[in-house]
Amino acid sequence: MPDLRMPSLGADMERGKVVEWLVRPGDYVHRGDLIAEVDTEKTVMEIESFEEGVLAEYLVELGQTVPVGTPIARVTGTPADVPAGPPATPIATPPDVASPDGAAATAAAERAVPPPIRHLAHRLDVDVDHIDGTGPAGAVTRADVEAAASAGPRSSAPPEPAAARPPRSSPRARRLADELGVDLARLTGTGPDGAVIGDDVRRAAEGRLEERPAGAVPAPTAGGDGADVRGERARAAERTASLRRAIGSLMARSKREIPHYYLSTTIDLSSALEWMRDENADLPLAERLVPAALLLAASARAAKQVPEMNGLFVDGAFRPSDAVHLGVAVALRGGGLVAPAIHDAERLAPGELMSALRDVVARARAGRLRRTEMSDPTITVTNLGDLGVESVFGVIYAPQVALVGFGRVVERPWAIEGLLGVRPVVTATLSADHRVSDGLRGGRFLALVDELLQKPEEL
Amino acid sequence: MNETDARSAVLQALREVAPDVEAEDLDPGARLRQDLELDSLDFLRLLELLAASTGVAAQEEDYASLTTVQSLVDYVAARA
Repeated sequence: MPDLRMPSLGADMERGKVVEWLVRPGDYVHRGDLIAEVDTEKTVMEIESFEEGVLAEYLVELGQTVPVGTPIARVTGTPADVPAGPPATPIATPPDVASPDGAAATAAAERAVPPPIRHLAHRLDVDVDHIDGTGPAGAVTRADVEAAASAGPRSSAPPEPAAARPPRSSPRARRLADELGVDLARLTGTGPDGAVIGDDVRRAAEGRLEERPAGAVPAPTAGGDGADVRGERARAAERTASLRRAIGSLMARSKREIPHYYLSTTIDLSSALEWMRDENADLPLAERLVPAALLLAASARAAKQVPEMNGLFVDGAFRPSDAVHLGVAVALRGGGLVAPAIHDAERLAPGELMSALRDVVARARAGRLRRTEMSDPTITVTNLGDLGVESVFGVIYAPQVALVGFGRVVERPWAIEGLLGVRPVVTATLSADHRVSDGLRGGRFLALVDELLQKPEEL
Repeated sequence: MNETDARSAVLQALREVAPDVEAEDLDPGARLRQDLELDSLDFLRLLELLAASTGVAAQEEDYASLTTVQSLVDYVAARA
């Protein structure tokens, strides 16, 4: 059975690293099950399995950056194929103190212990750097690890103080710890290999809140915590910088390869907004629509009717898409943007689109997008109007062939049948690929968006 | 609800929606959209959180007047 490989999570992704495993060796995985969180240069995403079977072992370390296509985990057909693991009865696993970027990693490089063996050693609480290998050139083998495990826990290595190195932890755990002021080094992880996961941090924070008398201020943080916070800030800055690089390279490629043309039109939104107000009057806050939901619904339906706007340009040819997977440009607080897809958007009613939009935006900002959401969009919409500008002419996300932009909804004098009135209007723009369409088709697309928005009840 | 409680509810909701905003040093006149860069989805989430914590569910016709931190505080204080 083939290994699970590091997937490509977008046209511009070349490498990635597993930052959290969502399944453990021995777990049965179905096709489509989420198996890991992967950090690309742009965001952290959950990836799913393309295979069905038992997860036999991890083939990469947490935090190890590998090229797209590298095997990251082995899946076997039946539980019998799984190599002997820890006993089935629960054993107390102390938190794993090895840090992927710490001293252990240096030692690992010198000894070249393969990741599967290293993982087995972690599981069995054996320090591979302190056992003698019997394999070729003194390499540590599976048998060596198992022998060391049965000989007793870490007899050869002195116990290290827990605070010396931070425990392994997931990005969500670190983020939560930062937000909630929890010291990761004090926690016992319940994740794979004893990693500290988000729930551990949350539990710790809740426990502390219960202990604290009402109104009491948090205890002053220890000196070491300042360094942790600075480290977190440095990581955030590095993430922003790498996101900026990724956007830069994607946009440079787009401008180099795609002969863009640009169209703009102004659309009267009075019917659409009136309809929306009536709908919202009966809805609880959580279900109310915003104008963006109507603009997205109209764009998706128009894209379905003008196929030259909806699809991917790959290997010198345009492949139209039957379904409309609507990319939504989401600005991230702290800088940068991602444009995940709302799948089959042309079939969603405005209310459904609204909840899909809220869901995807919230997850994009929390770094919890799924692989298919990043790689699937067939056309993208950017709705910069929320933050004030009247029009936006975007750069197409290659290999897509069109990008729709909406500006701010503004009140303007508007003439209808010889009479002047004040109407809410929005400027809709289209950036499209001249290799696939001309201004005539692009114009048809924008005219359709306009027509659809005049009959919002049919959206 | 007095203004102090309303302010604390608003700041609590803001911290959730926009964790990067330093809620403690916030100018009450700060504009939600232009200064704090909340988009329409953030704004809706903010109102939802406030409805949960204070019971004040803002009406859509009032959205237009809720443009600054202070206007939200006043709105909540007057109704909770």
